[in-house]
Amino acid sequence: MKKSKSQIELRTTPHTHAAGDVVKIMRNVVYALLPIAGFAIWQFGLSALALLITVTLSCLLTERFFNWMGSGYNSLGDWSATITGILLALTLPPAFPLWMGAVAGIAAIALGKALFGGLGMNVLNPALVGRAFVQAAFPVAITTWTPAFFDGRFSQFAPSTLALPFLRPPSVDHWIELLQVDAFSGATPLALYKFEGIQTDTVELLTGMTTGSAGETSALLILVCGLYLAFRRMLDWRIPLTVMGGVALTSALLSLFDPERAPDTVFMLFSGGLMLGAWFMASDMVGSPVTPLGILIYGLLIGSLTVVIRVYGGLTEGVMYAILLGNAATPLIEQITQPRVFGQRASK
Amino acid sequence: MSLFNLFGRPSFNHGIHPPSNKTVTGKTPIRRLPFPGMLVIPLNQHIGKPAIPIVRKGDEVVRGQPVAKADGFVSVPIHAPATGRIKGIELMPTALGKNAPSILLEVYEGATQEVLWGEEQTIGDMSDEALRQAIQDSGMVGLGGAAFPSHVKLTIPEDKSVDTLVVNGCECEPYLSCDHRMMLEHPRALMRGIRYAMRATGTQQAVIGIEDNKMDAVETLRANLPRDGSISVEAVETKYPQGSEKMLIKSLLGREVPAGGIPSEIGVVVNNVGTLAALGQLLPKGEGLIERVITVAGPGVKQPGNYLVPLGTPIGFVLDQVGYEGSQTEFILGGPMMGPAVSALDTPVTKGTSGLLVLNEPDIESETLRIWPCIRCARCVDACPMHLNPSHLGQLAAKRKYETMAEEFHLNDCFECGSCSYVCPSNIPLVQYFRIAKAINREQAA
Ligand code: SF4
Ligand code: SF4
Repeated sequence: MKKSKSQIELRTTPHTHAAGDVVKIMRNVVYALLPIAGFAIWQFGLSALALLITVTLSCLLTERFFNWMGSGYNSLGDWSATITGILLALTLPPAFPLWMGAVAGIAAIALGKALFGGLGMNVLNPALVGRAFVQAAFPVAITTWTPAFFDGRFSQFAPSTLALPFLRPPSVDHWIELLQVDAFSGATPLALYKFEGIQTDTVELLTGMTTGSAGETSALLILVCGLYLAFRRMLDWRIPLTVMGGVALTSALLSLFDPERAPDTVFMLFSGGLMLGAWFMASDMVGSPVTPLGILIYGLLIGSLTVVIRVYGGLTEGVMYAILLGNAATPLIEQITQPRVFGQRASK
Repeated sequence: MSLFNLFGRPSFNHGIHPPSNKTVTGKTPIRRLPFPGMLVIPLNQHIGKPAIPIVRKGDEVVRGQPVAKADGFVSVPIHAPATGRIKGIELMPTALGKNAPSILLEVYEGATQEVLWGEEQTIGDMSDEALRQAIQDSGMVGLGGAAFPSHVKLTIPEDKSVDTLVVNGCECEPYLSCDHRMMLEHPRALMRGIRYAMRATGTQQAVIGIEDNKMDAVETLRANLPRDGSISVEAVETKYPQGSEKMLIKSLLGREVPAGGIPSEIGVVVNNVGTLAALGQLLPKGEGLIERVITVAGPGVKQPGNYLVPLGTPIGFVLDQVGYEGSQTEFILGGPMMGPAVSALDTPVTKGTSGLLVLNEPDIESETLRIWPCIRCARCVDACPMHLNPSHLGQLAAKRKYETMAEEFHLNDCFECGSCSYVCPSNIPLVQYFRIAKAINREQAA
């Protein structure tokens, strides 16, 4: 028996492994977010670009800081902080002051992730924690919308973008007037719908020719990017599907019981942050249940909460809170939906 | 996913689809390997009590002669695989890592392949009792890997009755194709073996389940079925672990073995095709089990294939015969999903060895990748054939809550199939965690 030169490995079963690991999944999520970010930049110009960069950098630096505080091990390579940064930037108004964006990034990673113990331990979606934080801290800035596709968007910043830290950002009204954009109302489709009863055209919602956060406006693009991930099995299709199902179901139910205020299903699905939330945030694996029944409940819960908040709540947009509530409910949902084990006699 | 069963082949829920890697070995006929200079014959090649040696150092034995006798009911005898002289009985390495008492048999040069022991017997004339005794005397055990004594499995306790014999031709582990070749090359022996098993258990019907990546075997066996319709062949979905008893029963009969139970509780007894084919070959001649077919494969093997190997052949000898290469190598006895890795090249091929795989660094690389935290992606949950929650079990294991794992999350229903570890993108060695947890629980119970 020859071969003493070789090294014999002793490892545990299984000796083979499916291709793909966490890094690959995360990297693909980043790829899928890039077209959406690109569209936001094309739509809103320099301000959106600067916001994306600032927020993402802020997330990465915060993550690195906590690495250094904790294990010292560098977790930037797992891409999860990058995803949080891009997602967060996409949920903010395009002309959001950069310094506030940085604050949002810090809050997202510090409060949403590091506090819980890092990747995999967080209960809530970090991007949404960051967004909720700035929503509470800067209520005016987070609802200040600017027009899309104005001329000169690649040569100038919105005045609010470069606001100095801790000072009230300059009003954008005058600037918008100067831009002479036709019929810009400064309200998102959801606000128009809620407060003025105007329903934006579906085609405009699909293609993103509307006002809104940097990355929530083109429902169609988000859908395509989400589907790409789902087909590559980097995303659990069951979650966006059940969220959208929850929205449709609740809208339908409302039209039965409260036809006066019942929203249009298609409008509910394609407006606001629903698409981005359903495909990229609710589906964040860490905050969603792992049990099949749990996933169904979780998705439906988020979908219906979104509609309920939009219709009855004081806010125009409910997706963020719906997802955060879904995240928070996940441990409980999972507890009550443990799968029936093979060979277990029908549950008592 | 059970909806898909309506359209596809019968199957169980969950499971995984690892690359099968069987194309080469599945197409090449079984070849015989020569005798090595020395055979290492462990006395505990089966589950149950080790056999008791009946030869002494210096004795001459002929091929087929018993060298150890069964120690009670749950035990089987061992026969000499080659003509030669007993060199002694010593502690030698085994597949399980522990050294075990083994008979060392020095094979005579030019020893004959002819079996020189055993008397022809007419099975039809035997009582059922005598038939089961004959099965024990042949030293037969489950050749699929479990190595559980066949006569024990085929003895149905008084208080139970079984109606169906399930014949397992799935061979769901990647690389392995020895059962596939047995079905193709020895269909008549297999049919004989099935008849014996049906008689021994008193079952009226038998179903052979074969994964649908072996349709040639399905056809060959269908062409050899007896006319009375008592035996049927069913193609099932190619999916790991289709070949686990519980999964195959579910796929074929729709019955679920109760948690913690055995198939006879729901009227089923399962045997592997390789085992029954060997039984069909040996019983009429009154011979003992002295050799078996193993799949030698893996990227490091130069001449992969299925080889008929005398029991007790050191794996190093097998590897020298087929040629292998690679500097950082892993040797696995059995399939890559459940087979143990061995470190000693003088570890012998035993009754339960279904394969010998040589994996090189690029193939095992993924196992050295770092372990990420569980990102709760649910892939393991969707893969577990037992419908456990490996994600949660893994988190409990990290907190050392071994008892909670067993009491509330059904740890003991895990049969270590490896599906969860296979799919985990965080490279968490879940199966290893579960093995440790079980071991610690056992220790604490003792
Ligand atoms: S090893 Fe155990 S927990 Fe993992 S998939 Fe197999 S049965 Fe389920
Ligand atoms: S497959 Fe791995 S990462 Fe995914 S839920 Fe299971 S244990 Fe966690």
